[in-house]
Amino acid sequence: MEVTFSGIILCAVTDDGAKIQAIPAFVVRDEAARQEKARLLSRILKGAVHDLGDGVLIVVRH
Amino acid sequence: MGHGRSIGLGLLMGVLARIILLRSDYRQYPTYPHGYASHLFLGIIAALVGAVSVPALIEREWTAVTFFVVVAQQFREIRSMERDSLKALEETQLVARGADYIESIARVFEARYYIVILVAASAAYGTERGGVLLGIVLGVLAFAGSASVIKQEPLWMSVEVKPAKLSFKGAGLYVDDIFIMNVGLEESRQTIVRYGIGAILIPKTETARDTLANLGQRQAILHDAAGILGIKKDVDTPEYTPMATRHIPTGRVGVFMVPEERDPQLLVQVIRRTPVLESARGRSMYRRSM
Repeated sequence: MEVTFSGIILCAVTDDGAKIQAIPAFVVRDEAARQEKARLLSRILKGAVHDLGDGVLIVVRH
Repeated sequence: MGHGRSIGLGLLMGVLARIILLRSDYRQYPTYPHGYASHLFLGIIAALVGAVSVPALIEREWTAVTFFVVVAQQFREIRSMERDSLKALEETQLVARGADYIESIARVFEARYYIVILVAASAAYGTERGGVLLGIVLGVLAFAGSASVIKQEPLWMSVEVKPAKLSFKGAGLYVDDIFIMNVGLEESRQTIVRYGIGAILIPKTETARDTLANLGQRQAILHDAAGILGIKKDVDTPEYTPMATRHIPTGRVGVFMVPEERDPQLLVQVIRRTPVLESARGRSMYRRSM
C-alpha cells in the first residue's frame, strides 16, 4: 500500500545545524546546493524529499 | 436409457461458458498462456461435475451425487490459488493492486466456476427433460442470469470523474484545491508540473463517498491507471508515486500521477471504468434501516 501514515525520517538537509536534533543532518548554506544535496540523498536512500520551510529539507522513507 | 446426450451438451455448454468468462479485458488479467491453460482445464472439470450430477440425480445414484458435491468443494481452492499468485507479485509492482483488489479478483475467479457448474447442470437438465434444444435454452438462460448477477459495477455509475489541473503552492502539490503531498525537490516539482496529470472524483451519493474513502478502492484506481497509462517512476523516485487523496470536508478525491502517456482524458476514462470493489462499497445507505 502506498497510502500510509508511517514514515521514517532518514536525514535532513538544512542551512543551520542547530535546527536539527537526533537525526543525521547535512548543513548546506546555499539554497541550490541544498537542493542538489537533498536530490542525491533522496536517490541514494530511495526516500522522498519534503520541504519543511525555513531552510529545512527532510528525506523520508514512506 | 443412456444419458450421453445430456452429459455431452452439459459439458460443452459449461466449457463454452468458461471460455466466454475467460476473455481478458483491459485490466489484462490473466493474459498469460499458462493462466488460460490451467483455467480451461479446471473449467472442463467443473463442467463435467455439473453435467454428470443431473443424470446421477435422476438415476438416484446418491453415491455419485455425494461424490460430486465433494468435488465441487475443491473449487473453493481457486480463490486462494488466485490470491496467492497475485499477492506474490505485489512486491515487484511499482503500483500495487492492493489487498481489496486482489480479494475481489480472486472472488470473481471462484464464482466463475460455480457459474460453469450451474450452466452445465441446467443444460443437462434441459436435455434430459425436453431434448437438446431445451438444454441449450436453459444453459444460455443460466449463463445470462448468473453473469448479470456477478457483473461488477463500474465507478462512473456513482462517481463523477473530471480532469483537473496540477499546481504548487510552495512545496505543496494540489490537484485543483485538494492537497496531495509536500514535494521538497525543485527538480521534482518541475517534472510533476511538466509531465503530471490529475483528476477529481466527485461522489454522487453518500454511499459513493464512503466507497471512495476506502484505501483499497483508491489503490485499485491507481493500479488500473498506472497499468494503462504507464508511469514515470522508479524505486528511487518515490515522489512520482501516484496518489489518491481525500478532501475530508466534501469526500471528493484528487488523483495525481506522472504517466508515460500524458493524456488526461484517458486517465478519466480509466478511472470511470474501474470496478467498485465489493469489499470497499460504502454502507451508509443502510442507515435508513437502523
